[in-house]
Amino acid sequence: MSVDKDTVAKIANLARIAVSDDELESTAGELNNILDWVEQLSEVSTEGVEAMTSVVAASLPRREDKVTDGGYRDQVLKNAPVSEHGFFAVPKVIE
Amino acid sequence: MTELTKLTLSAARDGLHNRDFTAREITEQHVNAIEDAKELNTYIEVTTNQALQMADAADEMIKSGNAKSMTGIPIGIKDLYCTKGFHSCAASHILDGFKPEYESTVTSNLWNDGAVMLGKTNMDEFAMGSSNENSYYGPVKNPWRAGNSDKDTVPGGSSGGSAAAVAADISIATTGTDTGGSIRQPASFAGLVGLKPTYGRCSRFGMIAFASSLDQAGPLTKSVRDAAIMLESMAGYDEKDSTCINIPVPNYEAALTGDISGLKVGIPNEYRVDGMPGEIEKLWQQGIAWLKDAGAQIIDISLPHTKYALPTYYIVAPAECSSNLARYDGVKYGLRVTGDSLDDMYKNTRAAGFGDEVKRRILIGTYVLSAGYYDAYYLKAQRVRTLIANDFKAAYEKCDVILTPTAPSAAFELGDKISDPLAMYLNDVFTVPASLAGLPGVSVPAGLSAEGLPLGLQVLGQAFGEEQMLNVADVLEKAAAFNVKPTKWWGE
Repeated sequence: MSVDKDTVAKIANLARIAVSDDELESTAGELNNILDWVEQLSEVSTEGVEAMTSVVAASLPRREDKVTDGGYRDQVLKNAPVSEHGFFAVPKVIE
Repeated sequence: MTELTKLTLSAARDGLHNRDFTAREITEQHVNAIEDAKELNTYIEVTTNQALQMADAADEMIKSGNAKSMTGIPIGIKDLYCTKGFHSCAASHILDGFKPEYESTVTSNLWNDGAVMLGKTNMDEFAMGSSNENSYYGPVKNPWRAGNSDKDTVPGGSSGGSAAAVAADISIATTGTDTGGSIRQPASFAGLVGLKPTYGRCSRFGMIAFASSLDQAGPLTKSVRDAAIMLESMAGYDEKDSTCINIPVPNYEAALTGDISGLKVGIPNEYRVDGMPGEIEKLWQQGIAWLKDAGAQIIDISLPHTKYALPTYYIVAPAECSSNLARYDGVKYGLRVTGDSLDDMYKNTRAAGFGDEVKRRILIGTYVLSAGYYDAYYLKAQRVRTLIANDFKAAYEKCDVILTPTAPSAAFELGDKISDPLAMYLNDVFTVPASLAGLPGVSVPAGLSAEGLPLGLQVLGQAFGEEQMLNVADVLEKAAAFNVKPTKWWGE
């Protein structure tokens, strides 16, 4: 499997990273080098092997479903590039 | 006055507890040494005022008889850790100006024990890299240079600033983080001890996430004893990290008995890789001989899926990174680059904010998780990962610890591998397998290359077997008696 310029453009869009037309070709080359190399995993028989979900044998801890922390609106907003009226502010999305 | 910057952590602790010098004195000497070593580019931010305040508080703790092992010890913190009110940007442009409103659990633990923060250390952006050349703040220079060369070498990565700071004696010890070798490989390149604990031993809360199923915190230090002392302070259960395991933290220093008679040390045949320099094979054999002389039993073992560890890692880690780094969107923190629409703002911000290697991994990760490729890449890799973990399980039925080289080479020159991502990835060939299995590992400086650069050996332990692993590392360290320091070429 190898990626072409169109595929790179599609992935870049999914990842929300602007990639210029000039960069598409070189990026495709770089990604193909890596993808060709990881391709060697196809040699390994994984028939009936469970996919790894956790490296340590542990069950996730449970706790009572109640609010134990919070109420930090101003601190949460403190690092925002733009905030207004206690909210994160973004460019207008409704026409 | 004696040069307090040359002290190991354990010697500094003893000196502080005996009132031979104060936390303020040792801190001030480090602050001055940092100023003198600016050209190494180890620190992104130096927090002098905070350090002096913390030192004075540590002196009070000592006076009142409440001193712990870390009290008054000046340390550098990798920029990946959130430190409240201080630079915490994972050496990325996209987190410009971010000052967290909270503290990571690991640094909280260190401050509660009275440690002193000197500053935030440089690193590869978002911990992605093996040479510390991927930092928005520029590359770090390794204090070590080959023979009579005046060419700069890399300190390894991603915890390159943390490694260079300890090697240059501008920090007694530092915190690092290790996802695929980011503590152990720089430790090997800089002649230090670097410890990655078992996954779940340290809390990841407040550590800026790269690959959540692999990331672990750990120390870079001047000795195995120092690593034992510092890990005890860093480790422990934390309900804010659901993958942090609730088992007591032992006294790791007490585990350094020096007695390894009868212990079984496994030597994996598959770690003899093509193109590995003869001097590394030789050092490995020397390490085997040292442990044998100390009474250990040497056992040949097989880890058959070793060669698939790197390609597995370069699917799993980018997949997790593409997901974790989705949060950087120009809305909640850091950089914002405007655009014609909300989507354009996201795209422009991420294009400008991420460096080349980070973008490459996000794109690879997005691809392997995308519809139609998930099974072929991601699921396949997670299955191979199970096989790699099973290899270790089978090996540990026959042996107690495993001995390997840490890295396939000594430190290379700045700029040598940066244009070839695959060549760079191969640096982690010996460290990645244990990371994928969640197992602990420690690199110990064991000798010099023909060019006079440090080389490390790696001891791998069983899950939560840090005590035994450190005990073996301590024996190895004593046998190697590595006491060479880089010749100072920087500063005045």
